[in-house]
Amino acid sequence: MSNLNRNIQPDINLVDRISLVKPVFERMDNGIPVYLIDTAQQDLIKIEFMFSGGSWYETKKLIANFTNRMLKEGTPSMSSRDIADRIDYYGAHLETSSDKDMGYVSLYSLNKHLDKTLPVLAEIIQSPVFNQKELDTLKQNRKQHFLVNNEKVRYLAKRKFNELIFGKGHPYGKVFSSEDFDQISRNDLVSFHNQFYTAGNCKVIAAGKIPGNLLSLLNKYFGNFSGNVSQQPILPAIDMINPEDKKAHLVKKNAVQTAIRVGKVLFNKTHPDYVRLKVLNTILGGYFGSRLMSNIREDKGYTYGIGSAIVSLHHSGYFFITSEVGSDVAQDAIREIYHEIDHLRQEKVPQQELDLVKNYILGSFLRSNDGAFAQADNFKSLLEYGLDYTYFDHYIEIVKAINTGEILDLAQQYLDPESLRLLTVGQE
Amino acid sequence: MINFEKFELENGLKVIVHHDRSTQIVAVNLLYDVGARDENPDSTGFAHLFEHLMFGGSVHIPKYDTPLERAGGENNAFTNNDITNYYLTIPKQNLELAFWLESDRMLDLAFSEKSLEVQRNVVIEEFKQSYLNQPYGDVWLLLRPMAYKTHPYQWATIGKDISHIEKATMEDVRNFYQRFYNPNNAILTIAGDVETDQIKKLAEKWFGSIPSGNGYSRNIPKEPRQIEARQLSVQRNVPFDALYKAYHMCSRDDKQYHTTDLVSDILSNGDSSRLFNRLVKEKNMFSDIHAYITGDRDEGLFIFSGKLVKGVTMEEAEKAVQEEIQQITTKPVEIDELEKVKNKIESTLEFSEISVLNKAMNLSYSELLGDADLINQEKSLYTAVTREGIMETAKEIFREDNCSTLYYYAN
Repeated sequence: MSNLNRNIQPDINLVDRISLVKPVFERMDNGIPVYLIDTAQQDLIKIEFMFSGGSWYETKKLIANFTNRMLKEGTPSMSSRDIADRIDYYGAHLETSSDKDMGYVSLYSLNKHLDKTLPVLAEIIQSPVFNQKELDTLKQNRKQHFLVNNEKVRYLAKRKFNELIFGKGHPYGKVFSSEDFDQISRNDLVSFHNQFYTAGNCKVIAAGKIPGNLLSLLNKYFGNFSGNVSQQPILPAIDMINPEDKKAHLVKKNAVQTAIRVGKVLFNKTHPDYVRLKVLNTILGGYFGSRLMSNIREDKGYTYGIGSAIVSLHHSGYFFITSEVGSDVAQDAIREIYHEIDHLRQEKVPQQELDLVKNYILGSFLRSNDGAFAQADNFKSLLEYGLDYTYFDHYIEIVKAINTGEILDLAQQYLDPESLRLLTVGQE
Repeated sequence: MINFEKFELENGLKVIVHHDRSTQIVAVNLLYDVGARDENPDSTGFAHLFEHLMFGGSVHIPKYDTPLERAGGENNAFTNNDITNYYLTIPKQNLELAFWLESDRMLDLAFSEKSLEVQRNVVIEEFKQSYLNQPYGDVWLLLRPMAYKTHPYQWATIGKDISHIEKATMEDVRNFYQRFYNPNNAILTIAGDVETDQIKKLAEKWFGSIPSGNGYSRNIPKEPRQIEARQLSVQRNVPFDALYKAYHMCSRDDKQYHTTDLVSDILSNGDSSRLFNRLVKEKNMFSDIHAYITGDRDEGLFIFSGKLVKGVTMEEAEKAVQEEIQQITTKPVEIDELEKVKNKIESTLEFSEISVLNKAMNLSYSELLGDADLINQEKSLYTAVTREGIMETAKEIFREDNCSTLYYYAN
């Protein structure tokens, strides 16, 4: 052991093969597509119903979100309390969530209790009653929750930024206010549910240890679920933004930190440059050793964290940089952000740095597919765009092949500082 | 059931190996038995600042993260009042790199004056981001010194005061390192598609030659029994009033621990729990309310934390909480209700076994508590909890003179 040379780093082998469990495609008798990811590990399961029913589709603010949240709050045969009692008693978990594009309802259950828990999932999806008293309580509490969040510079920045890049009139740019909570009515939720939480508008992913009788259980409890594909709303014109609004500042008095967001509208994962941009983004702000972290946190100490991301939406996409920095150094931090962008547009990244980032991305990809639920989430992110696993093969090929010249071209094409919008939230 | 094997190197490093053939990722967890409770009252926040410095370069490796990222790995760390825990995940073919990285920073650090300077600033920004620039962000900075008069749990991991971090010197940092960052003060767990023989060889090769430290004998003053109700009212720029009640509870290794945990589950775990149903749904007095335990190694706290619905007075809100406390201390819990929280625990344990990283962390922590196998005994310890036990434990904890109450008023 005495001749161990610690200066020599152990060899590294690249991730060259990623084995994913291929989803098995089935259909319920009523036509609902079901994708089964059977990892045959622990005796448990996650069953997720996904509906094209996010805030994009609502004509009144908060309706998509509240329709989704109210599913758990009572059905003709069960009060919200009954639902909670039954789910908790069997150690299961119901999760409802919605975003800009989709509404999701998931059940996590031990397989041995699936015959008790699955009927609850079926009932809350198909026959929520939208009880008025429950709705009033939820409105009041979500409003309070919103008002607390509104005290956080990061939250304020996140909201305002959507408006700044997409424009107020755009479905992705609209922002709700505290008054919008008061406007929600039971009828809004009932009609949103009728229109969007239908069999024709739904896909199912089940992951974990898939019991042999799962499909027959689904047919039993969802046999009467019907309804057609919902009508797609008309796309608004994308450019509704006042071109003067390149910059915005929101005042938050007495804030000891300033939240910063810089970014622009781009496109979603079906665009040919999307994966390449992911690589560029990783270099800039997508991992701990990124340019932004190395400079603004690890060299200057201006912040606890800074990062960037590209986000895919069904009808668009965007790029953004985000951080919270000491109020006294906000201007310095912004200067350094633009400096890092400029640097990527002027000079090729060193080959070594690009190689590191490629390995990091491939390792992350492996990690993000670890376990049944993680694989289900990744598969979901393809399914929503009508893509399949060949996308991942293509993804890995692109990451392996990209060169420093392409990264430079991408930075010049997509990160023109003139095209970026800057938002700050903090002291005056 | 989490299978494992364990062995110890001559220098005192404990190593645990868990086999999981289902994954291409290996998790490596390195727990150091040092936390904020081991700090000097005049230089608090040190264990956490130190965690940041562990990434600033070791004797043969200028930057910890770079080689790991190049190997497709990722890492992070956390510090709490009891422990400092470093963890990483890496594709299994590159596992040896993790041994190289972790052993080098256990052997000796080599960070610069500049690295100390920068990380002091980063931690100060973390302090601002997490405690000062958040609504209700200073609650723990207020509650801890109320509940603890003697024990070092009276300060938060981030430290009592920014000035403590500002004045940290190179010498302080070196002393701290020499005292705590030794193989005989650490537990290493490897979880993934690995063989015990392979891990034995790697551990011996990379960690075997690191000298043992002097050994640290912990001498933390015990918090005296609280015998008077403590109250504090503050006014802050927040939109709603909030109420916090902190009761002293047992330590993690006490035989009442699992019962205490189930008391908090009955009160507050899930949508069917008592507090949510009575106080949020039925009485409409809180927009949210939670009860939970800190679960610290030394005697911890049982916390109630709730935001009031606008228009409800602090007196009404506190009275409503006290009624729930009255219930659980005087009436035996329903059989089904106890069964429910036990089922939830069983399920939570089962779901937590999906991730190798989770398993690695839990094994390290259980070993710290005395035996890695404790993780496999948890279920039966919870199953053994009785209705009488719940009531007695609740009665013992929820004495008003055992409580620190923080009235947090909106301006």
